[in-house]
Formats: sequence, C-alpha cells, structure tokens
Amino acid sequence: MTESLRSVSIHVPVLARVEGEGALDLRIDNGEIAELRLRIFEPPRFFEKFLEGHLYSEIPDMVARICGICPVAYQATAAQALEKLFGVELDPWARDMRRVFYCGEWIQSHSLHIHLLAAPDFFGCSNAIELARIAPEEVRRGLRIQALGNELMDLFGARSVHPVGVRIGGFHAAPALSRIKEMRDKLRAALPEAEALVRWAARIPVPQDDQGFVSVAMRHPDGYAIEQGRIGVSDGARIEAEAFDDHFAEHHEPFSTALFCTYHKRPYLVGPLARLNLNHAQLPEAIKALLAETGLELPSRNLFHSLAARAVEILLALHEALRLLENYRPPDSPWVPVTPRAGVAIGCTEAPRGLLWHRYEMDDDGRVVSARIVPPTSQNQGRIEEDLRLSLLNFGLDQPDDALRLHCEKVIRNYDPCISCATHFLRMRVART
Amino acid sequence: MNASASPPAAAKPRVAVHKFSSCDGCQLAFLNLGEDLLTLADRVDLVHFAEAGPLDPDTEVDVAFIEGSVYTPEDMERIQRIRRHSRLLIAIGACAVSGGIQALRNSADGGDWVAQIYAHPEAIDSLEHSTPIAQHVKVDFELWGCPVNGPQMLAVVNSLLLGVTPSDNADKVCTECKRRSLTCVMVSRGVACMGPVTRAACGALCPSLGRDCYGCYGPAAQANTDALAARFTHLGLDPRAIVQRFRSINSQAPVFLAAADKLRKHND
Repeated sequence: MTESLRSVSIHVPVLARVEGEGALDLRIDNGEIAELRLRIFEPPRFFEKFLEGHLYSEIPDMVARICGICPVAYQATAAQALEKLFGVELDPWARDMRRVFYCGEWIQSHSLHIHLLAAPDFFGCSNAIELARIAPEEVRRGLRIQALGNELMDLFGARSVHPVGVRIGGFHAAPALSRIKEMRDKLRAALPEAEALVRWAARIPVPQDDQGFVSVAMRHPDGYAIEQGRIGVSDGARIEAEAFDDHFAEHHEPFSTALFCTYHKRPYLVGPLARLNLNHAQLPEAIKALLAETGLELPSRNLFHSLAARAVEILLALHEALRLLENYRPPDSPWVPVTPRAGVAIGCTEAPRGLLWHRYEMDDDGRVVSARIVPPTSQNQGRIEEDLRLSLLNFGLDQPDDALRLHCEKVIRNYDPCISCATHFLRMRVART
Repeated sequence: MNASASPPAAAKPRVAVHKFSSCDGCQLAFLNLGEDLLTLADRVDLVHFAEAGPLDPDTEVDVAFIEGSVYTPEDMERIQRIRRHSRLLIAIGACAVSGGIQALRNSADGGDWVAQIYAHPEAIDSLEHSTPIAQHVKVDFELWGCPVNGPQMLAVVNSLLLGVTPSDNADKVCTECKRRSLTCVMVSRGVACMGPVTRAACGALCPSLGRDCYGCYGPAAQANTDALAARFTHLGLDPRAIVQRFRSINSQAPVFLAAADKLRKHND
C-alpha cells in the first residue's frame, strides 16, 4: 500500500444531533480496523446512589430527571416495580391510561428523533432547519406530530418534560371527558399525517447493510408491548423481569462512563427495530397493510430501517391511544391506596429507545435501600460498536475520512443514543498507518 | 411566537445553546416549540445548538443559554471559554441555577459513590460537587425551573429581541393557585405542599392535579421555610421526611440548603 506510512487523525469536537457526549477512536492499519472504541463520558449523575433513603412516593418525580426526553419511561417503570412489590392492583382505568400516557412519549420522542436528529443526514443537510428549506411540509408535519405527543403527555402529567401526574397506585388526577373528546379529535386528525410519515420514512434511500444480531424487546400476549410484558429475545427465549441478571450482565470498560450490558456475553439490540422485529405480527391490520405497501420487510437485519421503525411506532401509538380513549369515562378514583412493604421491586418497560429495567430494594417504611437502573443506551452500546465495525467494512475503509465520519455518525444515530442516561459528544479520531 | 417580518440577517442576534451536566430537558423548551421552532430559527441565528445540529461552540454570540451544572474539570474550563465569547449569558433550569438534582451528592454522607458503581473509578472524571454556573462565571440572568417551560423561554427571547431586560417572577406558587382559583391542597386536605416557599412560573401544575408542589422551581423570594417546616410537623411528617422536602431538585439553592441544615441540626 503506497500510503501505508501515512497517519491521519481527525478531531470532531461535538457530534451533533445526539443527546449527549461521546467519542469514537478508529485506527486503521493496512486497510483493516485495528481499533474501534466508542467512549462515553457524560459525567455520571449517580442517581442510583442519591435515591437511597428517599420515600417510594418521591421516586417517580426523582427518576424522571434521568432523562428530559423520556421521563415517562422512568416514571412508569418505577411505578410498575413498586406496585408489584406492594401488591397493588391498578384500576383498569389507570392501567389503560398508563399506556396512553406512554404512547404520548413514544410519539413525541420518535418524532423529535426522526425530524430533528436523524433525517437531515439522509438529505445531505446538517440540521432540521436546513432540511425544512427543502422539505418544509415534512418537517412541519413532524413538528406537529411531536407537539401532539407532548399534548398527550400533558393531559395526564400537566407538562411533558418531567410530568407530575403519576403516583404509586395510579395517577394523581383524571382528565375531564371534555378534554379527552378534544384529544380524540386531534388523534383522529393525526392518523393520515402519521400514515404519510410512514410512507415518506420508508421511501428515504438508506444503505443496504445486512447484519446478524440479537433483538431484545418486551412481549405481551394481548398486544404490542409497551408498558408491561416479559422480555423476549430473537433466539426464542422468554425472560421474566426478575430473572434479568441470569441472562444479562453489566460491566464497566475503563474508557466509558456508561456500563456495557451483554446477553450471554454477546451484544444485543434494543429499541424500535428490535421491537418491530419481535412484535410486528401484533400491529393493527391497517398498519400491516401500509407496511406491505411500502415494502419494508420484517424482521429486518438493516439498522438503517430504524428511522422507518420509529415512524411505524408513531402510527401504532396513535392507534393505541385512540382505541383506549374511545370509551373513556373518568374513574371513581384515579388511584388506589398503597401500603409499603419491604422487599425487592423489579420492573421493566419499553422506553422509546428500548428496554428499561429498574430494581429497588425497599425497607418496611417504604424507603429505598438500594437502586439499580439499566437504561437502553448502555444495552445498545456494545451493539453500536459491533455495528460500526461491520458497517464500516461494508462501506469501504478506503473512503475519505470525512465520509467515514459521516457514516459512523449515521450508524450511531440509528440507535438514537439518549445520552443523558449514558453519554454526550462524539469526538472522532481516525488514525491510518 | 408571533412571526413578524424577519429582521435582516445582519441584525439577527447570534444565539448559542450549551449543555452541561443535565437531563437535556430544558433545551426541550426550544425543541418542543412545534412549528414555532422554525419561526424562532427565522428570527435569531442559532449558531451553536448541538442537539439541534448547528455546531460552533467557540464562536462569538450575543446570547448564550446554558443548561446543566458544572460537574467535571472540563466543564470548569469550558464555561470560562463560553463566558469570554458571549455578550449575555443566561442560565436556564435547576441544574444551571442551583446544581440540580445531581447536587444531592454535595450533601451526601461520605462514601465513594464512584467506586460503588464503576469497576474502574480512576476512569471517571467527575468533580466531588455539582455546582451552578454562577459559581464559576458572571451570569446575566437566571431562569429557574425543572424544567423551564416554553412560555418562560420565549418571554426571555422576546424581551431580548425587543432590547429590554427580561423580567422574572420570584413570587410564590400560592399566588398562581389563587389566580387559577385552585383549592389549597394543604388547607383543604392536609397535603404537605411546598408551594408556600416555591417560586412561581410553572402555573401551579401540581396543585392543579390535587397534589403537593415539590419545589422544582426553587425557593421564592422571602420564603418562610421555618413556618412551613412547623406546619409539616403538625401535618404528621417525620423529621427526616421534612428534611427531604427541602432536599430534592434544588437542594443546594441557599434557602433550601439552610432550611434542611437547620432542621437536621435540630433533629440531631
């Protein structure tokens, strides 16, 4: 190789359009990847430590602060875990409305990711404001859908960032029927917009990048799993949340502040594409028909289908919210009383970015003795590295450095790494010898 | 935001949004504006906003919005650099104005948290304390809230566009309950509400759902924490629970910190 002695390094101080801070070190020796490391260095905020000693009733408000984009996931998972430990049977109204509330977050977070973070890459734009110049209707539609997701969260939580409506045992209050009627009209009006979004997302040309990987997502016999279910794996395994530690292990790499999580020592995928891969048969018929029309085949082994997967899940969430609000009647009481009990509380749900698992050891007074939280991004971290390695080989290591960097960024954004729970910039250094 | 004719490009203020240690929730006040986000992008020149795309962290700006607290040695250096390049620097949200929920570590009783979570503690570059921006550089305006909301942020942006000093409501949440004609949850149902000592601007969201305010907007002006703590005792809260009422989202805000310390000494 004529250039075998040349050493190139590129510094990109911040990776745009991810929510956090990280760095990628790539060393290419003689046309082969000698080193590839994704480093995450968002300063840790030690949530698990400072929850200790706090009362169960404070937990939903505290864990929301882990992530401004997916606070409902943290609240719903903590509530599910504690309600199970305390032997609380939720009123059917509260059970349904938890799912509706969660749908709001999927709609908001997915639409934000598609339009503001991911799509610009595929149109040669560096951000959504540029994208809005060439695709104004599509960006505006996306922002409207995102706003509707926020409104749905508002309805139950009074605000969409760190909502205040969830309490252990249900909700603090129930929205009046008049507000639900207005929301139903808006959801109905949004259906054709979301269908158009799915068509648009499925038409965006993406690299063909066929990879073998393990998908992990919750599954539920009654429907597309969001706020409850067991953990399903694409190898056929079904795992109770309580048995998480028997199959999954977290370990710390010295170059990162996020813990890496593996499934039987292998990296795995969580998030929208993993969910669709495992649960697409449970999509409503109308969405299946639309999928057939777009030609998106499931299960998919191409992570670049993640953007379309998010669009499909927006449409699903709109359908679910409408279905559950159809015969809405305010309950006698939005919550049931709770008596704390000592023991271990374990819960898991599907955050917008994937499986979220919580474990709390509680004392007799209902105070936290210890806490452990496994967010989606630390579960995807090993998979992102594996994907980068395979995807770069597929893309061609002889490509110019700038093209390699852009490709790596696209790959990483497929996972929508929610970086407050794990990371914050990407500094990329390519060294070639 | 009402879109009037866009100012010419040269006259557009240059705006940066920087993130420090945080949950990203306060910058969502911009990203969740819906279609107004495009109007905003038309009226100001967003030159650095990593989460939205534009990157130019060291460029000169008219206004820098800072989300998050200072929590690493690199943060300490970065905030100095930003200050030098910014005509106005505005701290937004609890992390930036009081150190945020992660500042609960500041008052924790000993123990090496890093070693308890990470197998390689030497690799974790974190400061012992999470501190507000104003502890490191001059801050021109502080906006409280966890999170700050869209109307608050747009009011600041619009004030700056009009060339007036942003205004600020340091009154108590109770005043917002009265304005909304909400029944007082503490008087009517004995709920231990932080509203009487907490800063307004959220719109009394928690009492509107019949629950307690938990102080996420930080201390109000002239907050009588002694009287509220005494009231909490009458309502049956144990001393530890009362301390924790002040030790939550804004635990290092001086008024809440003093209240918690005083109660703690009293309990000992």
